Amino acid sequence: MTAETMTVLPAADATERLDTASQWQLMRWRFLRHKAAVVSLFVIAFFYAMAIAVEFVAPYDPNIPNVFYQYAPPMRIRFLHEGRLHRPFTYDYVQSRDPKTLRMVFAEDEEQPHPIRFWVKGDPYRFWGLWRGDRHLFGLENPDARIFLLGTDELGRDMLSRVVYGTRISLSIGFIGVILSLALGVLLGGVSGYFGGTVDLFIQRMIELLQSLPQIPLWLTLSAALPREWTAIQIYFGITIVISVVAWTEIARVVRGRFLALREEEFVLAARFLGASETRIIFRHLVPSMTSHLIAVLTLRIPEMILAETALSFIGLGLQAPVVSWGVLLADVQNIRTVASSPWLFSTGVCIIVVVLCFNFTGDGLRDAADPYTH
Amino acid sequence: MTAQTPAGTEATILRVRDLRMHFPIQKGFLRRTVGWIKAVDGVDLELGRGQTLGLVGESGCGKTTTARCILGGYEVTDGEILFNDPELGWVDIASISKDEMFSVRRNAQIILQDPYGSLNPRMTVLDIVGEPLLINGIRGSEREQRVAELLSLVGLRPEYMSRYPHAFSGGQRQRIGIARALALQPQMVICDEPVSALDVSIQAQILNLLEELQDRFGLAYLFVAHQLNVVSHICDRVAVMYVGKVVESAPTGQLYDRPRHPYTEALLSSVPRPDPRNQADEIVLEGEVADPANPPSGCLFHPRCRYAVEQCRLEEPELRPATAGHFVRCHLADDLELMGVSAPAA
Ligand SMILES: Nc1ncnc2c1ncn2[C@@H]1O[C@H](COP(=O)(O)OP(=O)(O)OP(=O)(O)O)[C@@H](O)[C@H]1O
Ligand code: SF4
Ligand SMILES: [Mg+2]
Repeated sequence: MTAETMTVLPAADATERLDTASQWQLMRWRFLRHKAAVVSLFVIAFFYAMAIAVEFVAPYDPNIPNVFYQYAPPMRIRFLHEGRLHRPFTYDYVQSRDPKTLRMVFAEDEEQPHPIRFWVKGDPYRFWGLWRGDRHLFGLENPDARIFLLGTDELGRDMLSRVVYGTRISLSIGFIGVILSLALGVLLGGVSGYFGGTVDLFIQRMIELLQSLPQIPLWLTLSAALPREWTAIQIYFGITIVISVVAWTEIARVVRGRFLALREEEFVLAARFLGASETRIIFRHLVPSMTSHLIAVLTLRIPEMILAETALSFIGLGLQAPVVSWGVLLADVQNIRTVASSPWLFSTGVCIIVVVLCFNFTGDGLRDAADPYTH
Repeated sequence: MTAQTPAGTEATILRVRDLRMHFPIQKGFLRRTVGWIKAVDGVDLELGRGQTLGLVGESGCGKTTTARCILGGYEVTDGEILFNDPELGWVDIASISKDEMFSVRRNAQIILQDPYGSLNPRMTVLDIVGEPLLINGIRGSEREQRVAELLSLVGLRPEYMSRYPHAFSGGQRQRIGIARALALQPQMVICDEPVSALDVSIQAQILNLLEELQDRFGLAYLFVAHQLNVVSHICDRVAVMYVGKVVESAPTGQLYDRPRHPYTEALLSSVPRPDPRNQADEIVLEGEVADPANPPSGCLFHPRCRYAVEQCRLEEPELRPATAGHFVRCHLADDLELMGVSAPAA
């Protein structure tokens, strides 16, 4: 009986590390091998960090119009002034009317460089609506000059500031929506999968009913039903709930499916034969076995929610100005002529695409890493 | 048999009587029950203290279901599962209270069939082997010490405690499963095909370990296997199952020497013999194993039985004693001269 034991006695350090690696360590190692997912995770982290500190990151108040800079194109950051190296600066615009088309055109005023500074005083704001401040991440030394790195919109508002403010609303809708769906999905899916029987039957039929309704008309109807007199905050949560109404069903299915599969696992049975209580089986065996998988599923749901908000706001049923969300910003570029003449307004769209793609890559990476015991 | 029997005085530890476990087949939108899978449909067993009873039958004949029923894994459809608990005396697991079952689990344990699926991959060996201890209130360093002892008992190094199951081979995993089953010092252990998933070279090691542990702790084993040759060396008695029913049970030597059920004869004919010149012709069973959801009439074995007569199609045979301690479920048990094999070297 000792022969087999003898053959595996000495363990080298490398295998020792693997042998004592927990599920999360194994997952991390596998995730790190997925380069696109790792990069995407950093991009997402960057966007969420921005969303947390929008008032500080945005150089200007996103809602203050400026008649002197309507549809101004993005400014360039320059390093050479009169042929000499200069600290990073921009030239301000001087505008004149094109004698033929009668449109306003912008030209750079190359006389006067305006150096860019970090931590500058600018438009006053209330951080998270609570703390007063007027410092911004970056801005121009000269408070009378303006810097528009992504150009301006129809009313001369800084696009960069608007896109930055939009991240807070749009990304948090995805996040809160997913948490809401998770709560609903785990509760109902867990109950359904764990108890089975009539409860399961009822919940499953309800899910099938909800899923059989076409998603977009359902969203439209529900968001159209939100009272118009609601405040921006109420509408925000209303929209989040509308989006989650559909999303939770998918999560509930995943949770239920996992519960059903895991309940039949031999190790769960083994725990039962040892006399483990139901609570112990749920929290020590079932839940840890599905969290990794669930995180992957959730990560893949967030971009759908972001897109849902965008779509609803775009067609005017979601959030509305003066709230600044990515969907609201996109609604401003519905006109094909403005897109053609001021393509920088589409920078919001680029952000949406980047974030959605990054979420998908990260989700794929997590999903592949989620079950480290399959290979 | 009565609950008054003083604990531990009787030689029998487990007595199963006419056990039945039928699973509903559900269909359709409202999951109506349209039929029953009679996974276990008439199992009678008797296991003595410190003894080994083999439970043998083809895949799908209901061995695992029987084992799980005995440990209270299902609400059984019918029958009695009498267990002679050292603390509670005789109890019927088929109708036991939750608290009593919890107590019985300290004395009746199981080693599961699949050494890969039966260990939670997300728990360390300490947590796996220590789980029954924790459930019974043994914590901290005492638990760690007990786990270390158990690991050395099954031939694993105690240092392996902090490892996860993925670090171990199949044989080692089964040792972990054995350590877990023994953690609370049970009196009876059900071994559900403990070696069938392992390499042949490792099977013998695990069987030897089980025998060693039996000698040391006086364990009673219900040893499940799907081939007769595995059980021949370690079992005192063997019960043969066919489609949910025990068709023959006898002391091992008797069953090998003089089988009385045609199905046992067929199983025996495929056991490899030490002397190749003495090789009997293998009886190839024609047809399919009966479907437990839709069993044939009369004797379940009749569509494949080479001795079947008219009566077999119409009447279901009962499990009857043929000689002392030898039970058979066959109409022709007394008339047939069936081929056995010479008793296996003990
Ligand atoms: N929970 C269940 N629900 C429905 N049918 C079941 C259930 N468990 C087992 N069965 C059926 O009961 C029959 C017996 O299964 P069981 O697992 O007991 O066989 P077994 O003898 O252990 O086979 P093996 O040698 O393959 O392990 C099979 O037909 C199986 O499909
Ligand atoms: S009862 Fe008849 S069919 Fe069944 S095993 Fe005996 S002889 Fe064969
Ligand atoms: Mg089995």
